[in-house]
Amino acid sequence: MKTDFWKRFSKNKMALAGSCVVIMLFVISLLAPWIAPYDPNEIDLQKVLSAPSRDHVLGTDQLGRDVFTRMIWGSRISLKVGFVATGIAILIGTVLGAVAGYYGRWVDAVIMRFVDIMLCFPTFFLILAVIALLEPSIWNIMIIIGVTGWMGITRLVRADFTSLKERDFVLAARAIGASDLRIIFVHILPNAMASVLVAATLGVAGAILTESALSFLGIGVQPPTPSWGNILTAGKDNIDIAWWLSLYPGMAILITVLGYNLLGEGIRDSLDPRLR
Amino acid sequence: MIRYIVKRLIFMVPLLIGITIVCFVVMHLAPGSPTDLETQMNPRASAEYRERLKAMYDLDKPLHEQYLIWVKKLAVLDLGRSFSPDRRPVSEKIMERLPITISLNVLSLILILIIAIPIGVLSAVYQDSLFDKVTGIFVFIGFAMPTFWLALLLMILFGVNLGWLPISGIRSLNYEYLPPGMAIVDLIRHLILPVTLAAFGGLAGLSRYMRSNMLEVIRQDYIMTARAKGLSERVVIYRHALRNALLPVITILGLSIPGLIGGSVIFETIFAIPGMGQLFYMSVMARDYPVVMGVLFIGAILTLLGNLIADVSYAVADPRIRVS
Repeated sequence: MKTDFWKRFSKNKMALAGSCVVIMLFVISLLAPWIAPYDPNEIDLQKVLSAPSRDHVLGTDQLGRDVFTRMIWGSRISLKVGFVATGIAILIGTVLGAVAGYYGRWVDAVIMRFVDIMLCFPTFFLILAVIALLEPSIWNIMIIIGVTGWMGITRLVRADFTSLKERDFVLAARAIGASDLRIIFVHILPNAMASVLVAATLGVAGAILTESALSFLGIGVQPPTPSWGNILTAGKDNIDIAWWLSLYPGMAILITVLGYNLLGEGIRDSLDPRLR
Repeated sequence: MIRYIVKRLIFMVPLLIGITIVCFVVMHLAPGSPTDLETQMNPRASAEYRERLKAMYDLDKPLHEQYLIWVKKLAVLDLGRSFSPDRRPVSEKIMERLPITISLNVLSLILILIIAIPIGVLSAVYQDSLFDKVTGIFVFIGFAMPTFWLALLLMILFGVNLGWLPISGIRSLNYEYLPPGMAIVDLIRHLILPVTLAAFGGLAGLSRYMRSNMLEVIRQDYIMTARAKGLSERVVIYRHALRNALLPVITILGLSIPGLIGGSVIFETIFAIPGMGQLFYMSVMARDYPVVMGVLFIGAILTLLGNLIADVSYAVADPRIRVS
């Protein structure tokens, strides 16, 4: 099973391209202090909004800071938000989905109605409303994106659990006296992890997109902390004079999200070729 | 049919109650009470004034009573008054902006349908052709595209460099003085970028969905029957297959409504369009809680209504749904 997966995965060009992007991003954000040519917060008022040149490959922003450097540091934010937010969503989604699918009946009905209710809210509205009440710090952003993004995962896990709990191995586990908790987490959950893994990879991409949109609107990661979204805000403010502020950070977001999406689809296709 | 609609409506009641509870909980997440904020911003507020405010918002009563009072007000669309200096009723503020947001979203929905359905159908009919592959790549990029960034790029290209399209508002400054024909042209020119961009997000999803639907339908027995009795490929595809593949699209349109409404915050803010999304953004920035809660609630209600319309139209289009 596992060797099959790797065989299919390594033949899937899209998946490999996606993994390359993701690995590269990890390396860049890990090595940010060493590979960035400047200090991300070094203000140089002599070089405000200067176009890309040899000294500043991607130009400078409205305070003369090096855009390339700030983008490298910005990759750390994307990575952090992507993983923490998705982690929270996975945790909530998996637990609720598992409980709903395993116990069925009224427990299932209550949880799934709650999912329906949450899905009535435009996610972006819900996030903004909570931000209006709390401070827009990076931790709050991660938590809010996670807490408003678990519904799809709940549905997936629930669907897996409702079919898996009828299998013989669950009956066997129950026959030897395993507790519900043990059956849910030790016996059934590992079998449902495949779809969770795919959803998680795609979820990271979604979280990065949401964070960048929030930061772009000025209610996400706050300056001076560099994030791709808030560099784009400067791009919008200087739209008629500094195109480089608008072009490059968006490209970074696009490539990152594309990378995670390709990886997620690649994992899905390699796990179960029938799903294609 | 009426029985089906009634059933749907009854199903909506718990959702509606749930929505009010979620809104109420979110409202009470605020550190300190809403009156605190209002009075802190106003140093002249005396202790007595604070008490009066508290009583006005019923914050001196237990939580469940507060909830009931709040819901009773909601029932008559009394969403309170804005914290902003104009102090106007929230419902009035939202209602005057709602038509713009709804018309923008309807326009982009129409655009999505016009573009995505032919793309989906053609790439399914000519599966693995060059067209299918190229659109496949576009779809993939579309899924990953930060649309606000695309908006920036198009603003730079068409607004700043080429100067073809205006990049903010929905009307020119001299709108009042334009002859009616020119006024409509002016409006259209202002709407091109925002509507296209709002549609962009839904395009990728719907065309992919349409493609897989069509592929599934083409494999069905009744399509083989149609071919076997000698119908031309055109008739088979466009009369027999397309109709059946189109049905589930109604559901997808219903599901895409929250995304569109949520996206209106971004586009209306970028393009300075005076709709509900912009109002929401400004209220979030100004911490105008009554308006924030009002828009959140109305957004959820719109989604609920959109889903109801989708369900009912599906039942109209497909009799099997009504019976089961």
